[in-house]
Amino acid sequence: MTKPRVAFFDFACCEGCQLQVANFGETLLDILNLVEVVTFREVMSERTEDYDVAIIEGSITTEHDVERIKHIRSRAKVLVAYGSCATIGGINGMKNKFPLDEIGKYVYQDKAKNFPTLPTRAVHQVVKVDYFVNGCPVYQPEFVKVLKCILAGIPYAVPDYAVCVECKLNENICMYDKGITCLGPVTKAGCNSWCINNGNICYGCRGMVTNPAKNGQMDILKKFNIALEWIINKLDMYNKPRELDERK
Amino acid sequence: MSASKNVKVNVEYLTRVEGHGNIVVNVKDGKMEECRLDIVEAPRFFEGMLRGRSIFEAQHITSRICGICACGHSLASILAAEDALGFTPSPQTIKLRKLLLHQEMLDSHILHIYLLVAPDLLGVKSFVPLIDTHNTVVRRALRMKKNCNDVCDILVGRHIHPISSIVGGFTKLPQPKDLDAMLEILKGLQPDMEATIELLGALKFPEFSRPTEYVALINNTDEYPLMEGELGSTDGLKLNKKDYRKVTNEFIVDHSSAKHAKASRESYMVGALARLNLNYNKLHPKAKKAAEFLKIKPGCTNPFMNTVAQAVECVHCLEDSIAILEDFKENGVKQEEAIIVGLNEKGTIPVKAGNGVGAVEVPRGILFHNYEIDNTGKIINANCIIPTSQNCNNIERDMQKLVPEILNKTEEEITLMMEMLVRAYDPCISCSAHFLNVKYVNR
Repeated sequence: MTKPRVAFFDFACCEGCQLQVANFGETLLDILNLVEVVTFREVMSERTEDYDVAIIEGSITTEHDVERIKHIRSRAKVLVAYGSCATIGGINGMKNKFPLDEIGKYVYQDKAKNFPTLPTRAVHQVVKVDYFVNGCPVYQPEFVKVLKCILAGIPYAVPDYAVCVECKLNENICMYDKGITCLGPVTKAGCNSWCINNGNICYGCRGMVTNPAKNGQMDILKKFNIALEWIINKLDMYNKPRELDERK
Repeated sequence: MSASKNVKVNVEYLTRVEGHGNIVVNVKDGKMEECRLDIVEAPRFFEGMLRGRSIFEAQHITSRICGICACGHSLASILAAEDALGFTPSPQTIKLRKLLLHQEMLDSHILHIYLLVAPDLLGVKSFVPLIDTHNTVVRRALRMKKNCNDVCDILVGRHIHPISSIVGGFTKLPQPKDLDAMLEILKGLQPDMEATIELLGALKFPEFSRPTEYVALINNTDEYPLMEGELGSTDGLKLNKKDYRKVTNEFIVDHSSAKHAKASRESYMVGALARLNLNYNKLHPKAKKAAEFLKIKPGCTNPFMNTVAQAVECVHCLEDSIAILEDFKENGVKQEEAIIVGLNEKGTIPVKAGNGVGAVEVPRGILFHNYEIDNTGKIINANCIIPTSQNCNNIERDMQKLVPEILNKTEEEITLMMEMLVRAYDPCISCSAHFLNVKYVNR
């Protein structure tokens, strides 16, 4: 069997998800036995236009990004949205809360015109995506699962139940019971409730479940006397570009 | 021959977290007409996006500026927020933060030394060919990196975007078994560190010198300052961190949309070499021994030696981490200091209007975060100045001095030297790789 040729590409992001690959340690060498990494800017200078699997990190925020991702899509047999920025727009999406020319002027003053920008979009909002690896950063065990699916040529389904399911299995005390709001009840699982295990809350980096228990969540908000807009504000930290989905 | 030489180097589309950039070198008839490095900040608009968010969320958001320096950004953000709020962290919290910063320093320096610099010095394009030719070296690099990550996993949940380190302290504190686990990992790292120093001793770094101003944190104690003290420089600068703008003096140059920085003279350098030049005496004895072996001394003006300074810092960070952990083992970790996330919801830390600065020595140099908040704790203004922006001007001036000195070399050799120079500053792992796409025009 010939090894699939894998290329990593980064758009607007912190490149931490690519780094998660380098963080595999010596396991990386085992992975390199199964795939041939042909482009990986963060650690390699070799590069090529000939690849089977394109792994996309980052969100689409400029006209140039749009052209580039379309070009990559046209060459790749399989396209993977990798990390929150790529799968849901992520942190970059907070920009969409502001008028673009206003935020441009705030950061770059009179040089703002040198930095033309579009509303932040997730990759699937521009081209077709075959696999989603959610999370900020991606959770390595899940990435390995997705890689196996790609190699086997079968689809990978991102868990579409709440983080709370995993959180309960990890026997964490519910944040709401500690008087803290948490986005676990509306966020897709698959991270093994990484943040809550470490004493923090869920920030919704994996995106919202497609069918959240809306009424149940409303009851929770009422019970703990939490304003809806407070939750929405928290949700907008990673999930603001979801509005562009809804508009379609 | 070099008198009539034409050289045109054009490295375009250098992108990275902080920016796109180009290297442009143009020598006509042996005379340098252009020689510059443009780094432009990529539009992610972090400072703009922060406005309106709670100061308690700043750390989570700004950690995402850079996956490589996530702990550093996170810590600079926390320090700025606490400064704005007038909150003083506990000695235990400070010690744990130091331990965290050490892991980041180790992780990043190891990545730079092995994956970026070593391939150049061994004459290959990346670490991939080294898997076959230098398998033990590659395995060692990946193992060392994994070790740092494993310590971060235990300490803060993960290295990339730490979870439990927030404004006020830590949401989860290490248990005795965690201290043992971290100690075991770090002690296991010691032989690999020795091998790293030996490897570096066998590599030959280019000879070059250009005296410049070196800027780093300085202090009055015996400690190698990474998160405390004042801003200092080899030109005698001494300023409170609140006055960071007097150091960075960002200015706009005609040829580039990137802001440049200068302090006492035309440019300055931040990073491992700057820290070593200013604070050599405060390094751990084992680190000093490594420095002697690697023949690097304070007063070094060769930017290529920044990589060597990083190796010396690795030894320091490793040994100091072990010392911190042993101290915790002896005196225990006060579990009651664990804080509950959502401090502002609980009103644990009183909120007031303020303006705070965080200055942290991250792997590539001094990093500043500055927030202004209103009396509800909402961010009104934010400013982050990263080390790479500060070094940009200095790199360019090094390039301008270096090119005329190496005109007798081939274009390929000149390009490689320029790439190696920029890479020595470790401007950020990902952008450096872009320098390999060098184009010669008009040849």
